[in-house]
Amino acid sequence: MDLSNNQAADVLQLKNIHKAFGGVVAIEDFSLNLKAGEIVALVGDNGAGKSTLIKIVSGVHAPTSGTIAIDGQQTSFKDATEARASGIEVVYQDLALADEQAVYMNMFLGREKTKGPFGQLDRKGMVQETEQLVKELDVRIPSAKTTIRNLSGGQRQGVAIARATHWATKLVLLDEPTAALGVAETAKVEENVAALKERNLAVLIISHSLDQVFRLSDRICVLRRGQQIGVRETAKTDKNEIVSMITGV
Amino acid sequence: MQSTMQKLRQLNLSQYVVYIGFLLIFLFFAVTLGNDGFLTQRNLTNIILQTAPITIMAIGLVFVLAAGEIDLSFGSIVAVAALSSAVVLGEYPLFVGVLAGLGVGLAIGFFNGILVAYLRLPSFLVTLATMGLFAGVARSMTNLRSVPVLNESFVNMFGSGALFGVPSLVLWTIGAVALGHFVFRETKFGAHVLATGDNARAAQVTGIKVPHIRVWVLTICGGLAGLAGLLYAGRLQAARYTLGESDLMTVIAAVIIGGTALKGGKGTIIGALVGSLMMGMLNNGLILMGLSVSDQMIVRGVIILIAVAISLRDVNN
Ligand SMILES: Nc1ncnc2c1ncn2[C@@H]1O[C@H](COP(=O)(O)OP(=O)(O)OP(=O)(O)O)[C@@H](O)[C@H]1O
Ligand SMILES: [Mg+2]
Repeated sequence: MDLSNNQAADVLQLKNIHKAFGGVVAIEDFSLNLKAGEIVALVGDNGAGKSTLIKIVSGVHAPTSGTIAIDGQQTSFKDATEARASGIEVVYQDLALADEQAVYMNMFLGREKTKGPFGQLDRKGMVQETEQLVKELDVRIPSAKTTIRNLSGGQRQGVAIARATHWATKLVLLDEPTAALGVAETAKVEENVAALKERNLAVLIISHSLDQVFRLSDRICVLRRGQQIGVRETAKTDKNEIVSMITGV
Repeated sequence: MQSTMQKLRQLNLSQYVVYIGFLLIFLFFAVTLGNDGFLTQRNLTNIILQTAPITIMAIGLVFVLAAGEIDLSFGSIVAVAALSSAVVLGEYPLFVGVLAGLGVGLAIGFFNGILVAYLRLPSFLVTLATMGLFAGVARSMTNLRSVPVLNESFVNMFGSGALFGVPSLVLWTIGAVALGHFVFRETKFGAHVLATGDNARAAQVTGIKVPHIRVWVLTICGGLAGLAGLLYAGRLQAARYTLGESDLMTVIAAVIIGGTALKGGKGTIIGALVGSLMMGMLNNGLILMGLSVSDQMIVRGVIILIAVAISLRDVNN
């Protein structure tokens, strides 16, 4: 019963998170721990507070009250940059990619590799690393030099996840990564998400597809109108239970 | 086979419009005006010298447009900077006069930048207002009088001088294009400018300081407009409130035809240089053809319209 040791293994600890926008309470009282190599799915109806929670963890919003700890260290991120520096990456619902730039520039956006005395961009190095990464993750794009605009939705999401994979050292947050994708493309993205687990990253994924949630997750956390209804081990629950938790009937 | 087709389709026509247009206009004038002095070395050099301030302003505008903003005020900055420099040179040595001109340009650009980046006012409206504001300042500074520039080293440096036989205006052009191209293409800053203009939110969440980028590009544009003012004052050996007044359309056209996107995220300094030279050549040729000023304006407007339409065509597709 060494509780403290057990907690030290948790990558993310959220305790009594509360968030209000003016008078609107978006998150009531939320607590959750995530371990390395674990995928937790966050489900709930529209407006339940899922995206808000991810924004709190990624430093976009500050919680009104409650604590966030990374590797047992309590933190409060000033902005998304600080969260990123702690090894947290986000894949957004609406892609955060620059359409007119090449894949490799997006992969290194804001963190470009440079070389030489005048800080020149190391394009060759960035292209090489990108090509290796997309090969490893089996993201099928024509080349690292392709412009994002010329990629399909699935390829774009593949690039966004590859970027998160490349930079995350602890935790990847995904907000409906397959919302706009077809069947085959969704399967591909799910493979990419599963690969994050193999790299021993903790994953928190929002999805409206229960099939997907049951395929991917180790645990399922249900939110309803800002209230945390409960957390279930995926192997020990079924869709009926989750649906009734989501809808409250 | 299929990949060749794909490559052909992805080949962006707008990138080459400026080079094809440049060649076509050159050939047209070479044939029609060959006997009227268009092809003489003197005339061709003249085109390059007259284009120098346009090119310098165009470099600044590439940064601004690539970042997804616009600057309409650079023409007014040219006049205020040139007048400031000329007035200061009347009493102080060379470098104080140079600093005055460049400093005024940088300061007005910085002012634009702060309003755009931190008050989140649209750059179109901010620079429309400062364009009018500083056009007024330029007029009232010397009560519409022109100010002669008698400082010889200034005139050498920014006007009629030369180094190793290369005219100083050509050296300024080469220097500004080389430095601008390097910063834009080869540095992190250039990449962040493009990312900001492409998708400001994406740039923001990856840690790029988007407001800083916006202040920087407008400041750079102001500074380069100041330099353009010095080049005008040096070449004409005088400053006047009308300097830069009619350059707005020319510079915007040169930059767009050169392949820089009006909506941000895409730009090229070399394209802007060729676009500027094309506009200069057009001016020169139309004058040699003996067109009246009003006819020149009409023909130039039509040609710009055609070139811009072709440049923007595959953006819409
Ligand atoms: N910046 C904000 N300002 C004010 N209210 C907000 C803000 N962001 C979210 N909210 C509110 O918080 C609640 C939760 O929104 P959130 O976006 O987290 O829902 P969600 O679970 O992600 O829904 P969906 O499944 O539709 O994406 C909603 O009532 C929303 O209107
Ligand atoms: Mg959401």
